[in-house]
Amino acid sequence: MSFRHKHIIALRDLSKDDIEQLLNTAESMREINNREIKKVPTLRGKTIINLFYESSTRTRTSFEIAGKRLSADTVNIAPSNSSATKGETLADTALNLLAMKPDIIVMRHAVSGSHYFLAEKVNCSIINAGDGAHEHPSQGLLDMLTIKDKFGRLDGLKVAIVGDITHSRVARSNIQGLTKLGSSIFLAGPPTMIPPGVERLGNVTVCATMKEAIQDADVVMMLRIQQERQGKTLMPNAREYSRYFGLNPQNLQYARPDAMVMHPGPINRGVEMSSYVVDGSQSHILKQVENGVAVRMAMLYHVCGGTAVE
Amino acid sequence: MSQDTVIFDQAGIARALTRIAHEILEKNKGTEDLVLVGIRSGGDHLARLLRDRIVEIEGVEIPLGTVDITMYRDDISSRGTLPVGKTEIPFALDGKKIILVDEVIFTGRTIRAALDALIDIGRPDCIQLAVLIDRGHRELPIRPDFVGRNVPTARDEDICVFFDHAQPIEVRLVKS
Repeated sequence: MSFRHKHIIALRDLSKDDIEQLLNTAESMREINNREIKKVPTLRGKTIINLFYESSTRTRTSFEIAGKRLSADTVNIAPSNSSATKGETLADTALNLLAMKPDIIVMRHAVSGSHYFLAEKVNCSIINAGDGAHEHPSQGLLDMLTIKDKFGRLDGLKVAIVGDITHSRVARSNIQGLTKLGSSIFLAGPPTMIPPGVERLGNVTVCATMKEAIQDADVVMMLRIQQERQGKTLMPNAREYSRYFGLNPQNLQYARPDAMVMHPGPINRGVEMSSYVVDGSQSHILKQVENGVAVRMAMLYHVCGGTAVE
Repeated sequence: MSQDTVIFDQAGIARALTRIAHEILEKNKGTEDLVLVGIRSGGDHLARLLRDRIVEIEGVEIPLGTVDITMYRDDISSRGTLPVGKTEIPFALDGKKIILVDEVIFTGRTIRAALDALIDIGRPDCIQLAVLIDRGHRELPIRPDFVGRNVPTARDEDICVFFDHAQPIEVRLVKS
């Protein structure tokens, strides 16, 4: 059973087998990250362009390190020093980059679906590092790997996702991936931040209160309030939000005693999570970042051997 | 219509492994600094059986590891990605004498990849190669130090080592 996708744009496009294969490969990649010499020659001679139209620390660095550990040449392009500030369109930028013969373009863009547009224009592989409020597949995969590390499975787990679901591509990728592998999703957040019809994505329940969502949960995933994406005021103020939808040691007790706490970062300490929880024993936040490199190595590896089916 | 010839039965494999275990000990004058590393998948089972024999003969435990060579293959662009297995070498390789174990040596490209993988992990004193079957057709200047059996083959033939619960039970020459 071989991975047969040229691009990874959304977990929605991948089958359960594809996702399991990516996670298995990522588990094997971890061994490389624990070596003294953290490099294998697998993607020698391949060129990866990291094209980030939105700011990012974790994801960009993680993709860059992943590429380098596989011996690919990685180049970073940020909007502040690229032609986009001079008015070049995405299509033109892509065609210009393509003239330099990259093998993979890893892109983050504020417009949902821009990767599908790009994939039609270019002949190299496209990996989505986040597109608007659509998907963030590498984050979804690394979250799934972190959960699998702790419980040994994803099937039959109760996963609570709390916060700004509407603007969260992390939530969407996790919902797509986790439901395919048999987890149940429980969402909570201010009604203004819950997209209507989200239950149609699969095994998803929208809860009225945070307590209901995290009751007996195996995993509590907290999301950042995406102020930059919210057009209008969706909540009165951060303090009120924190009171109803912030995770603290008191309401964490509703979850299972061995529940794991996750957050995709960057964290607004004291808003969606109290520092007691962020730095507490149930927090797996840094483990998520660690797994990020292995997951992205797996993604880069598999798209390089994939043939076009999309 | 494929024709199979059994070239090694279970008892034959067992005898060959016992002989190789003795040869390894003879050549290396005992077990000092000796480690066994099997190539996934197949070689790792044989490496474990060789380790059991060496322990039986010498009464000394020796480290056992496995190496997955998928990340070191030279044909990723032409044949697509394969599932990546785990490399498990939970001991330092520096200054060790590695016995690399595989089931069949053919072109030598797998061994080339395994050598690169091992050298990335540490700096062993030397690496010796033990294989159950040498079927010829080498494309690289690589030769095994310990061989279960030399089997002359045609290029379009195949050698299959069959395992049952990690125990080798039969080696067949498959003519296509």
